[in-house]
Amino acid sequence: MKNNHSEAKSRTLIELRSISKSFDGEQILCNIDLDIHDKEFVTLLGPSGCGKTTTLRIIGGFETPDEGDVFFDGARINDVPPYRRALNTVFQKYALFPHLNVYDNVAFGLRVQKVKEDEIRERVREMLEMTGLRGFENRKSATLSGGQQQRVAIARALINKPRVLLLDEPLGALDLKLRKDMQNELKRIQSATGITFIYVTHDQEEALSMSDTVVVMADGKIQQIGTPTDIYNEPVNAFVADFIGESNILDGSMLADCKARFAGHTFDCVDGGFAKNEPVDIVIRPEDVDVVSVEKGMLAGTVSGVTFKGDYYEIIVDVGGFKWMIETSDFVAPDAKIGLYIEPDAIHVMKKSEYSGKFGDYSTFSDEMDYLSDPDAEVEEE
Amino acid sequence: MKHKLSLMERFAAVPHAVWTVLFIVGPLLFVAYFAFTDTKGAFSLSNIELLSSYSHIFFLSICFSLVATAFCLLIGYPLAFVMSRCKPSTQKLLMVLLMLPTWISLLIRTYSLMTLLDNGGLVNSLLAKLGLSPLTMVGTGGAVILGMVYDFLPYMVLPIYTSMSKLDNRYLEAAADLGCNGLQTMFRVILPLTLPGVISGITMVFVPSISTFYISQKLGGGNFDLIGDTIERQFKYPSTYHVGAAISLVMMILILISTAVMNRFSDSDGKEMVV
Repeated sequence: MKNNHSEAKSRTLIELRSISKSFDGEQILCNIDLDIHDKEFVTLLGPSGCGKTTTLRIIGGFETPDEGDVFFDGARINDVPPYRRALNTVFQKYALFPHLNVYDNVAFGLRVQKVKEDEIRERVREMLEMTGLRGFENRKSATLSGGQQQRVAIARALINKPRVLLLDEPLGALDLKLRKDMQNELKRIQSATGITFIYVTHDQEEALSMSDTVVVMADGKIQQIGTPTDIYNEPVNAFVADFIGESNILDGSMLADCKARFAGHTFDCVDGGFAKNEPVDIVIRPEDVDVVSVEKGMLAGTVSGVTFKGDYYEIIVDVGGFKWMIETSDFVAPDAKIGLYIEPDAIHVMKKSEYSGKFGDYSTFSDEMDYLSDPDAEVEEE
Repeated sequence: MKHKLSLMERFAAVPHAVWTVLFIVGPLLFVAYFAFTDTKGAFSLSNIELLSSYSHIFFLSICFSLVATAFCLLIGYPLAFVMSRCKPSTQKLLMVLLMLPTWISLLIRTYSLMTLLDNGGLVNSLLAKLGLSPLTMVGTGGAVILGMVYDFLPYMVLPIYTSMSKLDNRYLEAAADLGCNGLQTMFRVILPLTLPGVISGITMVFVPSISTFYISQKLGGGNFDLIGDTIERQFKYPSTYHVGAAISLVMMILILISTAVMNRFSDSDGKEMVV
């Protein structure tokens, strides 16, 4: 049940304290507390309208919180305008200046600071080198591909040597292959420069593969803060379990420490610390369920759907009315009777929350996640 | 399908084509004809040769138009900026207020301005009530400039406002993010991105200013002879038609050149707005 960032980290660089924000009477952020450490790669993850972009904009100075304080390096910066904050932003859809070419876009920040042209030339060259944009100096931004524009936006921000780089869905407009490449590249740039990255995305896979710390948000609140493995293995509630990867979430109760009862059976598990017979939510990941013969199984069910996914099959199994999603590498015929075997450490027990019962049953399995991660839906957030 | 449509389009263009030939191309040919003939109808360059004696009038007109255009830009640009940053409902209201005067004839507006500024006019009677000595305004260059600015300001504001409202707020945020304060954002981002609107505005104010005649007659009290006034006078008597035509021709060429020069500065974006 640990939901705090456990490793001893470098010192705190940005602190959000009790931040609330409403737009037109609608509460967007509700009492947000967040610490961001120096040199950390932090991802704000959540569905459309969860408040992640607003949180980023408050850190950037583009919005002021209705309540609460923002601290940067110990100093309160609520009233400091964006141009005096030691951070830079890679905007959603980049916002490159259309009247300037690549060179002048990248040089923009230094020109504002009145840096000498000799030094600007040297630093722009360095930046274009690092982002693989040499030879593009004289191109107008409109003539560049999405990936190239992305690189210009990163170069334009990083050339100012900010303490913190804010990235607002920077890969949202790129196709899948390019996204993967840029993910690796961003990670490389982050470790090469040692700059703190605060990254906003609705893509859980992106969040898990890039971040040191993931902040899962929903309904204007922070649901969980932790390392990617913490978030995946120890989700605090049904929302997090459902949003991060696939999950079977069952209604159950704790008979005693390490004894959970759900689906009509009692299972050994590894979690404890609950009251006797306390109602709980049980999370079991699809890849953690083994398909066995009916006799060897702890539960028995009927296969109601099989989908080939390339390196595995995704099957939906009806166990006494509850539909499980299971990932298996062996083919199982539809309508076959099979047994399910679950190891004790595959059973994760969570306290009941406002999200209990809303997620994790595949009886009306649709592409719910596809909707949540629809980039077009995200754009409407502003 | 496409073919039929283009036939339809050709037919729809007929009224305008007739109109253009009758009222634009025809008169232009007449102007050219008169400019290059003498009173007997024989080919002659004497009218063109005579033009050198009008050079001071051309110069004065250009000066007046440039000053009026500069004032319109100085007033219109900030106004357009403020308008574009207002709430949509406020923007609509300001737009109506800006356009309201153009619903009234230019001539009437100029006359009313004259009555306001006259020696016994509203402004001077107000000054008298305040115990201040009256000002002579009508008949000064300032009054002519004021008249031009008052009459043509909407044509400066409109195109600038259009390019301002197309300006994406993200560019302003990006500028702030990269260290620009308000003034730096204005000169490094807003101004370059709204330049097409500025170019259109300048053209739309400069052209009517340089060819106007009644503003200088009424508000200038006859003290300033501009190109428009000169042309008007020539066309009062048939004997001077030919000189008037020559002056008109030169003025048109002047306007064409200035429009072409302005378009050079502008992107293809601004061209469609140029009249």
